[in-house]
Amino acid sequence: MSALAHRASGLGQGVETTAAWLLGALWILPLAYAVWTAFHPGEFSTHFALSAPLTLENFAKAWAAAPFARYFVNTVALCAMILAAQLVLCTLAGYAFARFEFPGRNTLFALVLVQLMIMPDVLIVENYRTMGLLGLKDTIVAIGLPYMASAFGIFLLRQTFKTVPKELDEAARIEGCTPLQVLWKVYVPLARPVYLAYALVSVSYHWNNFLWPLIITNSVESRPLTVGLQVFSATDQGIDWSIITAATLLTTAPLLVAFLLFQRQFVQSFLRAGIK
Amino acid sequence: MTRTTQWLYGWLLLLPAAALLALFTHYPTVGTLWHSFLSTPRGARPAVYVGLDNYAQLVEDPIFWQALSNNLWYAAGTIPLSIGLAMLMAAWVNGRIAGRGFLRLAYFTPTVLPMIAVANIWLFFYTPEYGLLEKLTGALGFPTHNWLGSKSTALGALMAVTVWKEAGFFMIFYLAALQQMSPHLAEAAAIEGASRWYFFRRVTFPLLMPTTLFVLVNAVINAFRLVDHIVVMTRGGPDNATALLLYYIYEIGFRFWDPAYAAALTMVLLSLLGVAALAQFWFLERRVHYQ
Repeated sequence: MSALAHRASGLGQGVETTAAWLLGALWILPLAYAVWTAFHPGEFSTHFALSAPLTLENFAKAWAAAPFARYFVNTVALCAMILAAQLVLCTLAGYAFARFEFPGRNTLFALVLVQLMIMPDVLIVENYRTMGLLGLKDTIVAIGLPYMASAFGIFLLRQTFKTVPKELDEAARIEGCTPLQVLWKVYVPLARPVYLAYALVSVSYHWNNFLWPLIITNSVESRPLTVGLQVFSATDQGIDWSIITAATLLTTAPLLVAFLLFQRQFVQSFLRAGIK
Repeated sequence: MTRTTQWLYGWLLLLPAAALLALFTHYPTVGTLWHSFLSTPRGARPAVYVGLDNYAQLVEDPIFWQALSNNLWYAAGTIPLSIGLAMLMAAWVNGRIAGRGFLRLAYFTPTVLPMIAVANIWLFFYTPEYGLLEKLTGALGFPTHNWLGSKSTALGALMAVTVWKEAGFFMIFYLAALQQMSPHLAEAAAIEGASRWYFFRRVTFPLLMPTTLFVLVNAVINAFRLVDHIVVMTRGGPDNATALLLYYIYEIGFRFWDPAYAAALTMVLLSLLGVAALAQFWFLERRVHYQ
């Protein structure tokens, strides 16, 4: 029983349950409304009747009206690329901070943590300039580069690696393992749940990221879904809400379905990533 | 392993991440400062050193002051509300409430949706005359109102979206903290005859303090970092009523193409985030932790 819920009287409990449900309904309402609009013909988007016929036509129209297939490919490539780079870079850096003594370690760690406060999202002007100098404007790599060395990931893995018993490390060394082999055979397997948690958080962050991709991309070939959706909804003449909501649901569907299927893991992952 | 090999391993393992961090976090931070003292190159005229000119322009710019004040109001409105709601939600779904699974799902779902998609849905929700909100207020006999189109309600309407999006995210952290709390505390308080409110105020709330600090830092960063919904819903309008600092930087930097002035504006944003970081360290120094 919850610490907060002790000694609830019958009446108080009833009031609270009602309030909790009202809030829940309010929280689900915008999404339910979007689902209603997307699955019904345009004329039902603003009035509600149980007899309204269901249709998938809005989805077909949205799919045909913009290169969403390409945007999907771009977003998947982007998320995969960022995640792969983050896993490698943060593992190596986290290992260095957790298990090696070297001059400047604390200063360097403090410098890493700076990124927790000053995220790439606010350095758009300078990073745009840098991408121009590197000749990377309007590429998927340019969207991902500023996020690949993640302070959050380094911090998370450092904390995790520190909890690995030193005896395991030493035993592996005696067996003749090099430091990199120890990392791969001892540390990485033990940190598997943390990797899963980090992966879920990272993918949902970059699937949803918008402002930086909007600035740095300029073509169908590099745009991720979020930017594609915005371009689509902003240029659509004569706002047809049912098609826009259909497109909106379409672009979020993979994440939403994954979330509904792996609800428990999702919540656990956000928790694990947050508590450390 | 000798000391030198230790050093070498440490540095080499760190090198790739450090190089990228330096290039995309530290260099741009310093670069922002440097470029805020230069002029924007126009045509054949290269950038020249102009000292504090960009900052003088900033002080004189009424839109900057409005964006700053909007952002502070936005933070002051969204942060306490979403944290308060998050605590309440966590307390509810941690207890034995009917339909707990559904409630958890309902509260948390906005978190996994992209802000940009959420903004599209809410834009429709707020549409004058046709939107769901108008239907509801119309049914109750209120006159029609353009929520996003009038200066008095536009920022509030955006704040509602933010609270809706973030409360469920913060709830998760409170839920975790509540689940780690010993049930004996509540039992002891019940035996002593403490009221629920008293117990919350004197036991639960102080014990949740580390979580609140963590959530608060996140909420502050988000209040200055997340402007996706502004791009979709209002573009800073009407009449700059919803321009937040980062959105204004985006407009100056990428719609008016004035990177020098955008650099000066970014310095203001960076200082605000720096102050937030210092405040956090100060709090940590004062030991909010009770363990």
